[in-house]
Amino acid sequence: MTLTRMTLAAALLGATALGAQAQDLRIALQSDADVLDPDQSRTFVGRIVYASLCDKLVDITPDLKIIPQLATEWEWSDDNTSITFTLREGVTFHDGTPFNAEAVARNIERSQTMEESRRKSELTSVAGTEVLGEYQIRFDLTQPDATLLAQLADRAGMMISPTAADEAGANFGLNPVCSGPFAFEERVAQDRIVLTRFDDYWNADEIHFDSVTYLPIPDTTVRLANLQSGDIDILERLAATDLAQVESDGGINVERAVSLGYQGITFNVGNGERGDNPWGNDARLRRALSLAVGRDIINQVVFEGSFAPGNQPFPPNSPWYDEDHPIPERDVEAARALLAEAGYADGITLEVQVPNTTVPLQLMQVVQSMASEAGINIEITSKEFATLLQDQSAGDYTASQIGWSGRVDPDGNIHQFVTTDGGINDSGYSNAEVDRLLNDARETTDEAERKALYDQARDILNEDAPLVYLYHQTWIWALDDDIEGFVPYPDGMIRLEGVTETEG
Amino acid sequence: MLSFIVRRLLIAIPTIILISVFVFALQKLLPGDPVLAMAGEERDPATIAFLREKYRLNDPLPIQYFTWVGNALTGDLGISLRTNQPVLELIAEKLPVTIQLATMAMVFALAIGIPAGILSAIKKGTVADYVANVVALSGLSIPNFWLGIMLILLVSVKWQLLPASGYVPFDEDPLRSIQVMIMPAFVLGTALAATLMRHTRSAMLTVLTSDYVRTARAKGLSERRVILKHAFRNALTPIVTLSALLFGELIAGAVLTEQIFTVPGFGKLVVDAVFNRDYAVVQGIVLVTAVGFIAMNLLADVAYVLLNPRLRKS
Repeated sequence: MTLTRMTLAAALLGATALGAQAQDLRIALQSDADVLDPDQSRTFVGRIVYASLCDKLVDITPDLKIIPQLATEWEWSDDNTSITFTLREGVTFHDGTPFNAEAVARNIERSQTMEESRRKSELTSVAGTEVLGEYQIRFDLTQPDATLLAQLADRAGMMISPTAADEAGANFGLNPVCSGPFAFEERVAQDRIVLTRFDDYWNADEIHFDSVTYLPIPDTTVRLANLQSGDIDILERLAATDLAQVESDGGINVERAVSLGYQGITFNVGNGERGDNPWGNDARLRRALSLAVGRDIINQVVFEGSFAPGNQPFPPNSPWYDEDHPIPERDVEAARALLAEAGYADGITLEVQVPNTTVPLQLMQVVQSMASEAGINIEITSKEFATLLQDQSAGDYTASQIGWSGRVDPDGNIHQFVTTDGGINDSGYSNAEVDRLLNDARETTDEAERKALYDQARDILNEDAPLVYLYHQTWIWALDDDIEGFVPYPDGMIRLEGVTETEG
Repeated sequence: MLSFIVRRLLIAIPTIILISVFVFALQKLLPGDPVLAMAGEERDPATIAFLREKYRLNDPLPIQYFTWVGNALTGDLGISLRTNQPVLELIAEKLPVTIQLATMAMVFALAIGIPAGILSAIKKGTVADYVANVVALSGLSIPNFWLGIMLILLVSVKWQLLPASGYVPFDEDPLRSIQVMIMPAFVLGTALAATLMRHTRSAMLTVLTSDYVRTARAKGLSERRVILKHAFRNALTPIVTLSALLFGELIAGAVLTEQIFTVPGFGKLVVDAVFNRDYAVVQGIVLVTAVGFIAMNLLADVAYVLLNPRLRKS
């Protein structure tokens, strides 16, 4: 008994000395990463870990410009069918293997040929690579591909040590070896991923921590409690409902950036037999729904005003947003008129499938109540996400509340969803003119030209409305106020260059 | 004694086979395609075809089942579809965590439940009895997740006494390991303590009115000796049964508690695996849990025999 009491007292006393250790940065993630192999992984949180573990050929700025990382320069050929990269000299992987053109060639080959690779579709335009010198390499393309650089700013452009990759094969992810500012130390599934400072990093002067630990903490309240109690330094995806409390609470700073993705309602307009229904056949009904919902109201009610209302695959602050189609004001009368025109003056029912988690359900309930005022009776069918996805891709649905995490290049937010043979065209939408415009937009690297093509496609898609976009998530980070130099990026990543911890 | 154990072990075999069929079948009945869940946002058809082939999801179900059982018999439970780690390794990694949590929770439960049960039985009808009953009822009715969040907000955020969540391996830093585990173990233990308290109380009440207790008292033994040596020891049999059965409840409770406190144990592993349709992991965990549960009950049976000499003859 005495012993128990002593242990308990010691435990409680010792606990007061807890807290983050000097020079170790602790970051709480919303979920656990999947396999740590850039060629195989697919989770968002996995990419957050890579931001410190694996350098890429190129990176992005907060306003989505492509900038050098492992490649210092690049040049397109005149017909845009090849691109030549000049590589950074003096870079080594964490295992000492030198980084050079040969390493790049082997990385691209692995991404394209390894059976387990999930990067194949991102690199389909690359026909092959040609090593021109120790630090120069040319990518030959099957056709012009304006989206390639943006792909190389993400997992397809992450460089892993060819030596380690050859040794480990498909098991590379159990002990990843890259060339980023931090090297892999250990991973305990669902508990932590620990990286330690890589002293030979080419940009080591900008790195100010000895180690970084990623902790998956799914519950938002618990994640925040850990920050408030000093057990972690940074958390990602603070719940919008916690914003007010955190901002009034001293000691915590909040940073935010509108994400690249979107959320909305996808309609089945031609994916199998179930596409043959009033909602799939008549665009006026879909436009009526779009008019019946107040996007600002959704933002205020569900997200405390912290997200970005939207009506396009790109958020309103994106350079690719089409200003000719601003977010429509809520107009119940116009919605009713469209319904009447389509022959449903007395109202119509719409079944929408929704993931069975809090936010999508709240969202749809708000949409439901607004739509009912226009005579649209929404029936919500809530499904567990894996099931929802299966039904959606099989065409076994009328409408589905779903979103997209977003890509740096505009193509990634639109092409695969609405082109006839698009890989994720669950809507079954098909329009030859839209196909042509979006395919053309892939072939030119001129931004103004691409913008014009996307705008033209927008004109058609706005009328046809196979997808009704509702809002864009805002990434919200909460940081201990000792942490300085953090820059919010729309891709939601946590880049540690220039981030410091002051004594406090 | 030995033949008793052997007999019980033999009975366990068909049970385990049944469980394995059941787990396998239930899993396949779950809606949602594991490959779609794995293929990522792009759902590239080539990737999907490859994954189906790699994890042999195209084979007929009986063949999938026998392949799995065959491998399991040789100690190979497959690899996680999500992280590529061998399932056995994952289980070996998570098992000590949950065992530590369950043990600490059991310590809380026994330390609170049994004394409270004895107290309320010998003080039956007094204020102490009512208080103990009300507390027990609260312990049963307060949901784990609510108690957990409240404790985190109070103990970690407001008082900053204990870490809010997470896990530290015992062999790495025993003190810190116990600190981190105090809150989850307490939360998990309270509900069990309530059940234990109520059962201890009723077992004690039955025993206290029996003839041998009256005899013991008539012999002039001290009340303390009567209660602890004569009454409590005999009241223990149902309590041991209950403790063994509670092991199952502990594991079930750990699923929720581990989610709240982000304890990387068995429960969290299985929940995440179900949501990710990580078949191999779910099957492996359920199998191991079932075997563990059967083993605990076997131990309980052995414990009865040790506690109650009358059973030794049969």
